[in-house]
Amino acid sequence: MTALATESTFIRRSIIHSIRTPDVLVTAIALPVLLMLMFTFVFGGAFESDGHYVDYVVPGIVLLCAGFGAASTAVDVAQDMTTGIIDRFRTMPIRASAVITGHVVSSLLRNLVATAIVVLVGVAVGFRPNATPLEWVGAFGLIALYILAITYLFAAIGLAASSPEAASGFGFIIMFVPYLSSAFVPVSTMPSWLQWIAGHQPLTPIIETIRSLLMGTSMGDNGWLALGWIALILVGAVIWTTLLFRAKARRR
Amino acid sequence: MSDIITLRGVSKSFGATEVLHDLDLTVERGTIFALLGPNGAGKTTIVNILSTLVAPDGGTATVDGHDVVRDREAVKRSISLTGQSAAVDEVLTGEENLRMMARLSGLTTREAKSRSRELLDRFELTDAASKRAKTYSGGMRRRLDLAISLLLTPPVILLDEPTTGLDTRSRQELWGVIRALADNGTTVLLTTQYLEEADQLADRVAVLDGGAIVAEGTPGELKSRVGGEVLAVHDGDGEVTREIPTDGTAAGLRAALSTLAPTDAVSLRRPSLDDVFLAVTTQKGPSA
Repeated sequence: MTALATESTFIRRSIIHSIRTPDVLVTAIALPVLLMLMFTFVFGGAFESDGHYVDYVVPGIVLLCAGFGAASTAVDVAQDMTTGIIDRFRTMPIRASAVITGHVVSSLLRNLVATAIVVLVGVAVGFRPNATPLEWVGAFGLIALYILAITYLFAAIGLAASSPEAASGFGFIIMFVPYLSSAFVPVSTMPSWLQWIAGHQPLTPIIETIRSLLMGTSMGDNGWLALGWIALILVGAVIWTTLLFRAKARRR
Repeated sequence: MSDIITLRGVSKSFGATEVLHDLDLTVERGTIFALLGPNGAGKTTIVNILSTLVAPDGGTATVDGHDVVRDREAVKRSISLTGQSAAVDEVLTGEENLRMMARLSGLTTREAKSRSRELLDRFELTDAASKRAKTYSGGMRRRLDLAISLLLTPPVILLDEPTTGLDTRSRQELWGVIRALADNGTTVLLTTQYLEEADQLADRVAVLDGGAIVAEGTPGELKSRVGGEVLAVHDGDGEVTREIPTDGTAAGLRAALSTLAPTDAVSLRRPSLDDVFLAVTTQKGPSA
């Protein structure tokens, strides 16, 4: 069988899994929408009384939502690795690690849909970006790359975890990272020791780049920093995933 | 007469635990071969070595002439494995499972569809074809699992405890399927904890204990190895109260009878594989 047909069969499988696992869909789509409404209407007034907090918060919510949506990849991968099905894949004349590719691509598609919905809901509650079509493409491209990188990271976590439950627990830690960035409040409002962490962690330049593309804030070095961080996470996670998959196959 | 599976001096350890010790085994093409043994005897390890999931530490193993370490891909094309835990995707329906695995096995979309229909029908799963595998009973899941293994017809089918956890009816159905496979020339290597299963199905049986083969032969040969008839003594209600193995000769029988009271109710039976199993696994008695 051609490699492409193997990959597409696994992608199809993972998409069916996504559609048939309602709690995953709820986490990926409904939760970010609810968070957006909460940040806009509940906290927004306190953060910025002029009512434009939604313009500030949408890029942060989009990345937070990507984290939630991608986290289920860890559980999916751990589930496949702990049931008998992986042994069947391994004893078929195919590249068995394509099963991971299936989960990753399905997560990417699921989260892009979620991102589009979140942005549309944002617009409905007052988000007014001033981006040109090209800037929109750039913003979505960057978000897609981020989703890809973080999904691969979750896939590696799923391989490293001993059970689906453990995978879910590890994943939760990563989902906390956006709160310590410029996602919800400007870094300058934080205590100085936290400013250092928030200013130097990968999510801040990524969020600032999206903000710059959509809202016209200044870009500075953020664009290159964002791409660099994403490339680093992606390459690291792909290597880690490959090594773990091989090690798991050998250890048995 | 040709051997399709060979293991020569195979050993395997996990950490400090030696699971297989210098094991030799051959399976003749087109036969059903049963590996019989208790949990932890090394049955699954043998299956995993033959299916390329685990590499042996020492010795060589070949399937259909291909070495399991050096020629993994060729071995994968020569076998299909039905492991201990049913390898079905619970989220997918029975038919989707079959079609997915058929595509992965290299069939075209159209071939995958027709072959899946055929197998659903043969394994009496047509009514449940569009239900998710999660809702299947243990027996249905096993049948689906086996159907997946038979999408292509590789020369060797490996079945790891195929009937564990099944009710009597499902078990007998599966036996029928396995016999039909062998009738069509497929070689079947199966593992089982059930003596009756080995007795019913297998052309040859190897009794495995502590990582080594302690007895091997046809079910008949193994039974004759424990001796002749077994003299059973019954109480008033017909329950067996004692069993005395004999060597099957008149003298042996007479000696056994002489220990009984004249009014005792007795019967004779052929030794079962249970008797063999107990004899060879506890005393490490007659070895192959």
